[in-house]
Amino acid sequence: MMIISLQSYRSYKTSRDGVNWDLSEAVPRLPGETHVADKEVIYICPFNGPIKGRVYITNYRLYLRSLETDSALILDVPLGVISRIEKMGGATSRGENSYGLDITCKDMRNLRFALKQEGHSRRDMFEILTRHAFPLAHSLPIFAFLNEEKFNVDGWMVYNPVEEYRRQGLPNHHWRITFINKCYELCDTYPSLLVVPYRASDEDLRRVATFRSRNRIPVLSWIHPENKTVIVRCSQPLVGMSGKRNKDDEKYLDVIRETNRQISKLTIYDARPNVNAVANKATGGGYESDDAYHNAELFFLDIHNIHVMRESLKKVKDIVYPNVEESHWLSSLESTHWLEHIKLVLTGAIQVADKVSSGKSSVLVHCSDGWDRTAQLTSLAMLMLDSFYRSIEGFEILVQKEWISFGHKFASRIGHGDKNHADADRSPIFLQFIDCVWQMSKQFPTAFEFNEQFLITILDHLYSCRFGTFLYNCESARERQKVTERTVSLWSLINSNKDRFKNPFYTKEINRVLYPVASMRHLELWVNYYIRWNPRIKQQQPNPVEQRYLELLALRDEYIKRLEELQLANSAKLSDPSTSPSSPSQMMPHVQTHF
Amino acid sequence: MLGKGVVGGGGGTKAPKPSFVSYVRPEEIHTNEKEVTEKEVTLHLLPGEQLLCEASTVLKYVQEDSCQRGIYGKLVCTDFKIAFLGDDESALDNDETQFKNKVIGENDITLHCVDQIYGVFDEKKKTLFGQLKKYPEKLIIHCKDLRVFHFCLRYTKEEEVKRIVSGIIHHTQAPKLLKRLFLFSYAAAARNSTATHPKNHTVMFETLQDWCWELERTKGNMKYKAVRVNEGYQVSERLPEYFVVPTPLPEEDVPRFQGHGIPMWCWSCHNGCALLKMSALPKEQDDAVLQVQKSFLDGVYKTIHRPPYEIVKTEDLSSSFLSLQDIQTAHSKFKQLFLIDNSTEFWDTDIKWFSLLESSSWLDIIRRCLKKAIEITECLEAQNMNVLLLEENASDLCCLISSLVQVMMDPHCRTRVGFQSLVQKEWIMGGHCFLDRCNHLRQSDKEEHQRQLSLPLTQSKSSPKRGFFREETDHLIKNLLGKRISKLINSSDELQDNFREFYDSWHSKPTDYHGLLLPHIEGPEIKVWAQRYLRWIPEAQILGGGRVATMSKLLEMMEEVQSLQEKIDERHHGQVALQAEASSLLRASARLSSLFPFALLQRHSSKPVLPTSGWKALGDEEDLAKREDESVDLGDL
Repeated sequence: MMIISLQSYRSYKTSRDGVNWDLSEAVPRLPGETHVADKEVIYICPFNGPIKGRVYITNYRLYLRSLETDSALILDVPLGVISRIEKMGGATSRGENSYGLDITCKDMRNLRFALKQEGHSRRDMFEILTRHAFPLAHSLPIFAFLNEEKFNVDGWMVYNPVEEYRRQGLPNHHWRITFINKCYELCDTYPSLLVVPYRASDEDLRRVATFRSRNRIPVLSWIHPENKTVIVRCSQPLVGMSGKRNKDDEKYLDVIRETNRQISKLTIYDARPNVNAVANKATGGGYESDDAYHNAELFFLDIHNIHVMRESLKKVKDIVYPNVEESHWLSSLESTHWLEHIKLVLTGAIQVADKVSSGKSSVLVHCSDGWDRTAQLTSLAMLMLDSFYRSIEGFEILVQKEWISFGHKFASRIGHGDKNHADADRSPIFLQFIDCVWQMSKQFPTAFEFNEQFLITILDHLYSCRFGTFLYNCESARERQKVTERTVSLWSLINSNKDRFKNPFYTKEINRVLYPVASMRHLELWVNYYIRWNPRIKQQQPNPVEQRYLELLALRDEYIKRLEELQLANSAKLSDPSTSPSSPSQMMPHVQTHF
Repeated sequence: MLGKGVVGGGGGTKAPKPSFVSYVRPEEIHTNEKEVTEKEVTLHLLPGEQLLCEASTVLKYVQEDSCQRGIYGKLVCTDFKIAFLGDDESALDNDETQFKNKVIGENDITLHCVDQIYGVFDEKKKTLFGQLKKYPEKLIIHCKDLRVFHFCLRYTKEEEVKRIVSGIIHHTQAPKLLKRLFLFSYAAAARNSTATHPKNHTVMFETLQDWCWELERTKGNMKYKAVRVNEGYQVSERLPEYFVVPTPLPEEDVPRFQGHGIPMWCWSCHNGCALLKMSALPKEQDDAVLQVQKSFLDGVYKTIHRPPYEIVKTEDLSSSFLSLQDIQTAHSKFKQLFLIDNSTEFWDTDIKWFSLLESSSWLDIIRRCLKKAIEITECLEAQNMNVLLLEENASDLCCLISSLVQVMMDPHCRTRVGFQSLVQKEWIMGGHCFLDRCNHLRQSDKEEHQRQLSLPLTQSKSSPKRGFFREETDHLIKNLLGKRISKLINSSDELQDNFREFYDSWHSKPTDYHGLLLPHIEGPEIKVWAQRYLRWIPEAQILGGGRVATMSKLLEMMEEVQSLQEKIDERHHGQVALQAEASSLLRASARLSSLFPFALLQRHSSKPVLPTSGWKALGDEEDLAKREDESVDLGDL
């Protein structure tokens, strides 16, 4: 029997991470989260077999606790992670546990529940889950708008474009900040604040916009602090079948080239494979031809489109969930092409970073619309070039800037609250970027302030809909919805609890360019993310080297403290034998001299 | 950073297409001739080592940033090694030279390390052997430790080319007499005087006492005894002089079949169960002889199989496990993946890396070795059974499996001294035929197939992981595995069930590093041992990265803690001790490469390595690849 109660329990106890625990049932509850239903089910665990449990559904999560005495199993799944809910088995189904629900999740797992055939219990559960997992289809708000969590840090304050550009030394003699897009009238998918060449007038920008797909004109992403070469991003030029040209666009690119007083050509990296760029002419797009852009050199980076990436990730899931392919693991892994795609993305970013770092020329990056592959390339190149982005806050700023503000279509790519699981717009582009970052952190284990948990937390909340950070496709939409006022930022959660996300081995190094080795010999499947649901494959956590290091750190701190005390005792005796060594006024100066 | 004696196409302006035919033009040589003589390095000979032949003006190629530069000098061959004497040392800074091998230099190849020699004739690479009619322009040496050397002989005098090439071929390929191995002349010349500290030394298992200690250490002396029946090798030359057998076994049984059919003790578990090995009795057709063998074995088995007190499980490694041929075939395929001639080859093979790796089956063999060792560990630890490993001579797979089991079960074997003692006990005293397996005497190609058995041992590093389940759920897993039929575990085989239960249960608990240690054996967990196999490949080098980066942080911290501790002691004792010298390794460690300490061929620039080969066909995804990212037409805007 399904109990549907619309009133929520009121007996809360707030725990450290802001999650309330419902005392009567010991079910975690966020402020603003309301109980919807609970029900006894059989959870068909792919690893340990069927387990009887009680499932609690709220407007935020699905929570299951085992009812069996010998099992401590708990499932805690935000509804946002659900991509598809299917009924399995029909009225005629025989066999134990063959009638129920199969839930496909966006985070590489499926959940299966067996239910009794009598009393519409499956229909009820299906309807409740569908309603709350896909609120958009039911004119319900996404949970982030109901979330009443409070943190002592405001994550929305992390990114301030003016400050970030100032950190980069902008504006300067060659680059200015323009407010031409203040109300998103130039380009509705760009941020309101843009950095453009000083010599290009707002009128020039408007004319260039007519020649760039969705008006996404070339604007500055990053400037090298010394050689002043820049990374500029945009969308493809609207060349079309007839091979149209646009003098303003050509001139604009030349202006960009000249900003660092280099005589060399501007390097254009088109993220697409050559054939795709050519094919895009048929739909009005294309690429910068040699004839039109004399002072530019174009390279294709052969990175495939969102559809290829989506299928590739599907194949990864096929070989890791629920069972890890045993006999031909390596060739199966190869046949997913996932790491091959990672390799190409990293290779492209290395090329961008190397071109800029060597000071040879400025770089312009685009793909088709400049919000998927382009974001991957610019943000990874910036991560390689600028050590600031390897800190926790720096990385948050990087994501906020290159992905969120520049209109990576999170809503379409992830499908927040949307029931159309087969939507061709969905694609794991941001996951692929995070995977690339993980590969880099694996190769340079001391270069990043954040740990693996940080990256996994970002990915978990990419889907969870608990925070407003990744909602909507672009800044203008977010502004219309007043996201920063009405929702909490993911960075609030992370920054108020930073220690959990810190890499103890982090060694801050300024001005060090990191070039990962984009070879299959070093690329690995991110087991702790993609295969984390399988208890057999669970990686050692924390790893023994890290554990030892933390122990030593603690020991060092203890020794420093003891040494201090000894020093105090000694110097107190030496300086004035009559004074008590425990006098605090005497202690302080010594402590300071010691450090 | 290019040294004076260095010539070549590197430079950085425009990288030539990487290939081993990118020669340096002769005129470049002449401009530098003067410095060559200045920079020449003297040959360092070990005691008893003799120079056999030499050639000058040989160019050694150095792979760097996907182009090659050349260093030239003298190529020599001694009765111990092939050595190149060039100006390469200039490339090393002081911090690195600390980690130089004092016996074998960076440009030394011991004769026994040579795997294959190739000659390049008119840009074609051919294997060199026997008498040559024509001498190559270039010599490529593939080493057993996976280094690859390229020597250009184009500017060397013809006479010298002939002498050095045939010299090298002869001394690395011709069959050798045992007594002519270099170590004998070395040992005669260098009187060894190394006194080992009695407490902290490797147990050699050359005396009865050593075996008694080992019995005592593992508390095996209740049921097993060390015997001197083979003293002076009276019974068999194959066996060590002293070894350990079950106490009830009459010593007279040992000589019956020259030591065959005798259970030899390897190690005792804390619960009293023992790991034993036995070489099989000779195969006989005659019924009468078989009858004799059978009753002999029955008697022998009774010494270790006395139900219900003691049960033995026999593991026949000759018939139910990997064959030596499997291992050899896999290894020769596997090593080819790392013997890389140039950058182009590296990137060409990169795209199909995983399938190449899989087709070598090396990692699968490693996995099967580990799995077998875990199975045996389970018998010893969980089922309280003695395990008897059976093999034809008990000197190949027996050594491999028994030492793996001990590494997993006995923390002492994970210390340096303990590990050395283990190798001494199981491999050296265990009679592993190193001479044949490594073909040190260059007998014939037939013997080659038996090589490389010792490698799986060194590859299989244990990687204990912390469990997923909490301890209290342990019995749950047992329940599930024992009673319910989970969809995952459809094996009806009881042995498999026992293994799974044992394996899963261990991995579900927190790891005690000083206790039993089981490696993970799932596909994604068995990886290439990069530090060993990739160590000479410049493209695979991560500058300032890799695991060494965290290790050096750890060492730094240990040093800091140590010095603090010393300071505290000083204060306590009120005396000022000498300031400990800060280790200079650690000071210089900020930018070690991932291949440290092997990569003396450190890349000089910080340029990134870029893949040079393109994209592999997507196959069935071709349709998707052609689609547009967005379904909206651009014309709509």
